[in-house]
Amino acid sequence: MILVINGKPIEVAQGSSLKDIQKEFFRTSDVVIINGFQTNENIVLQDQDVLTFIEKGKMPNKEEFESFMSARHTPEVYEKVKKAKVAVAGLGGLGSNIAIMLARTGLGELLLVDFDQVEPSNLNRQCYTVKHLGLDKTEALKMQIEEINPFITVKIKTVKVSYDNLTELFSGYEVVCEAFDNPKSKAMLVNGLLQELDCKVVASSGMAGYFSSNSIRTEKKFNRLYVCGDGEHEAKQGSGLMAPRVSICAGHQANMVLRLLLDIESV
Amino acid sequence: MKVNSQQIKLEKECSIRDFLEKQNYNIQHIAVELNGEIVSKKKFEAITLKDDDEVEIVSFVGGG
Repeated sequence: MILVINGKPIEVAQGSSLKDIQKEFFRTSDVVIINGFQTNENIVLQDQDVLTFIEKGKMPNKEEFESFMSARHTPEVYEKVKKAKVAVAGLGGLGSNIAIMLARTGLGELLLVDFDQVEPSNLNRQCYTVKHLGLDKTEALKMQIEEINPFITVKIKTVKVSYDNLTELFSGYEVVCEAFDNPKSKAMLVNGLLQELDCKVVASSGMAGYFSSNSIRTEKKFNRLYVCGDGEHEAKQGSGLMAPRVSICAGHQANMVLRLLLDIESV
Repeated sequence: MKVNSQQIKLEKECSIRDFLEKQNYNIQHIAVELNGEIVSKKKFEAITLKDDDEVEIVSFVGGG
């Protein structure tokens, strides 16, 4: 039977087990992953199983690195996701975190759009670090993603999105995440994307403060729009934006993007 | 008339714009779908709502 081992298809005897393969080829490995799941059990293998053997502390070569990075992805998921093109509009509390999550998920191409620079008050919830202060958010985030997953394509546009440029910016992207701060901009982008393009839109509304985590949800609206958030708690004086709840909303958005890439339209 | 899946009584036909204002929506912060099609803001005054229409309104609050 054929197994995919550390990214390469290899012929092995029928009835081979995980420990057989480990003993024969990867004696010094200490992390074993089968079909996206890490295990210590001695499983009997089946044709087309995808295996990864990793030795902690040993720097993989370029070839092995990509297969290790994608080892934890469920194999069929990874194949679909690595062909996908997704745009994130707004790289603040929501957008920066969404982009990092999608990068870790192994998306094929990410477009990052924001006109702004990283400043210190961003650090309470956005994914940037002290070394990014003063940089364009697009550049800073691209640098971070390159250090997390060097195998995805990251394109950046350091511009302010308007009704006039959104068609050109987002054309060709199957899903666009709305991750703006200003409600007028949110409405402008969502209206523009739904009227001018045929992408799916994953938008956001309401994630301020430290209200219950359980009130953040994803709802499907119209036929191509998903809105994540509690729909109610706007950022205002006395109710700022804080990392935990903003991250929950970002997680909702990133997960909905993933579901859409896997042709799951329900929330 | 159905609005966000709830049946409401439309007292008399009015424009989308008037309806939204009466319901206290901020027109700058919303997206509207009428009978399955998204409606451009420019057309809010020109389109009249009827009793058998289905409207969906999404309203955005700030923060992100």
